[in-house]
Amino acid sequence: MNKLVVQNLAKRFDSRRVFKDISFELTSGESIAITGPNGSGKSTLVLCLLAQYHPNNGKVSYLYDEKKLSEIEIQQNSGLVSPYLNLYGQLTAEENIKFFTSIRGNNITGSEINNLLKKVGLEGRGNDNVAGYSSGMSQRLKYAVALASKPKFLFLDEPTSNLDDQGKEAIASIIEEVRQNTILIIATNEKEEYSLATHKCQLGN
Amino acid sequence: MFSFIEPAPQKIIGEASRIFYYHIPQAWISVIAFAMSMIYSIRFLKKRSLDEDDKAAATAGLGFMFCLLAAVTGAIFAKVTWGSFWNWDPRETSIFILLLIYGAYFALRGAIAEDEKRAALSAVYAIFAFITVPFLIFVVPRIVPSLHPSDSIVNEDMKFTMGPSVRTIFFSSLIVFTAVYFWLFNITRRALKIKRHLLNEDK
Amino acid sequence: MPHTSASLATKCLTMLVKDLKLELRDKYALNAVLMFGITTLAVVSFSLGQRNLPPHLLGALFWVIMFFSAMSGLAHIFIREEESGTSLALRLAAPPDAVYIGKLLFNLILLSVLTVIITPLFFIFTNAPVSSAIDFIPILILGVLGLCSATTLIAAIIARAAVKGALFAVLSFPIIIPLLLTLVISTQKLFEGSGVGGVMTELQFLLAYMVVMIVGSLMLFKFVWTE
Repeated sequence: MNKLVVQNLAKRFDSRRVFKDISFELTSGESIAITGPNGSGKSTLVLCLLAQYHPNNGKVSYLYDEKKLSEIEIQQNSGLVSPYLNLYGQLTAEENIKFFTSIRGNNITGSEINNLLKKVGLEGRGNDNVAGYSSGMSQRLKYAVALASKPKFLFLDEPTSNLDDQGKEAIASIIEEVRQNTILIIATNEKEEYSLATHKCQLGN
Repeated sequence: MFSFIEPAPQKIIGEASRIFYYHIPQAWISVIAFAMSMIYSIRFLKKRSLDEDDKAAATAGLGFMFCLLAAVTGAIFAKVTWGSFWNWDPRETSIFILLLIYGAYFALRGAIAEDEKRAALSAVYAIFAFITVPFLIFVVPRIVPSLHPSDSIVNEDMKFTMGPSVRTIFFSSLIVFTAVYFWLFNITRRALKIKRHLLNEDK
Repeated sequence: MPHTSASLATKCLTMLVKDLKLELRDKYALNAVLMFGITTLAVVSFSLGQRNLPPHLLGALFWVIMFFSAMSGLAHIFIREEESGTSLALRLAAPPDAVYIGKLLFNLILLSVLTVIITPLFFIFTNAPVSSAIDFIPILILGVLGLCSATTLIAAIIARAAVKGALFAVLSFPIIIPLLLTLVISTQKLFEGSGVGGVMTELQFLLAYMVVMIVGSLMLFKFVWTE
């Protein structure tokens, strides 16, 4: 049983406070939607949860069966899709998937990669350099890379940005598929996206 | 500032010898300041408290000034005693390298706008630079080996001809300089702490 | 948890292979380093004309060329991650140790390629005593190791500070002065005729320096790499 426990999280940059007193607890199958106007700190919160920023107060704990996960284990079992996350343009889609999966400590076979590409709608484009991808294709590939490690903690910052209707459908069905065994954190402005979550967190007061 | 009154000027080098009362404490303090900066840097990385970074930067700033003074007074002394301002003998080289380290530290700090990032990166640099110091101590005396035995003559001079009045003045100068350094550091530290406090409350 | 985990060594290798792949595709750092080294050497040789430099100057010259060539290309491996915006993805996926070691190995390979090309050219252009060529190899190896081990952490620092090349040399120079001085002295001694035996102290020093720099970098790297 996986758990994400957040207690009294606060963050500021220099003298500008971004958020404070953020607390929630999620177990597998549960999800939270982080909402708020532009600039309210949704992406910063997501990055704080992923230990990319030092919080000024509070704690984030990743647990499996009540035992704390090590940093390497967190890396191995988490994934992020975000406008701030970029992939290697000079590598092909397949190479990107393979690299990020291996460096996390997981294995993946060629056929698994192909299946993933199919699921996100990039079938047949595996051998192209990512630099040639459109923004919509890059977004789909980010999902493929994140999901390749079968993450137990999945973070989605603006899940449907740059996606056409087909893309949105593909992503929606992927999320449905993994939702049960995953802790899902979604940061978004779109109402349709956050109606899916079991919990909510509103920023920007 | 007794050094101006007592003692009678050294016979060989004359009035200029008074400079060594200033020069050596300055050099000494610039090294201590560097060590303190490294210690505060370590504490910052451990505690992540910007207070520690303020202290690291403050002591580095003072260290830099004393280092500059040491280099200048040393050069004047060298000109008067041995005829040229700069000769790359071991002590001069070491002071020069320390000056470079301080310069690099502040150049790095100047290039980063965000508080925490600046603190973390300059802390790492300060610590990393400090661990090269033992190597410097080992290497520097071995280069330029045959130039200027004069430095060692001064050493011998200090050992053998420091009469009691000279010794008193020298050590009191050392103490005064150290006291000045700590006094300046204390003031700066307190001012920075207040500033940090005001910033923190100002959400 | 159900996943099996790869070892640190495998991850370092994955890191290295990825960086080599990327480098071979645009050859940016390789070109920078080679062009700098060869051009500088050519300029010096040209201005020397028929004259020969005395051994102690040759030693200094060689390592000056190496130092500046290193400065022109060894920061690229970190700067590239920041410029292409991939550093977040990397930070989320790779353990800091693997990132440091992988990139250290990359820099080692890069500088070694330069050394292999520049050293024979150096001997040819400056008429350095060829008899000392074989004995020069340990100094070369330790010199390359020393340069990379001291500057890789600094490269990470300036990349994270979002500053480009100029600061790399400013920050690196004070740190590698002991290294450069020792390299120059030992090369000098070698060119003046002492065999490897005459520079044993220097070689030990270089080894110690490299070890300390790597250990120090490993311990400090994660403070640079992660927020």
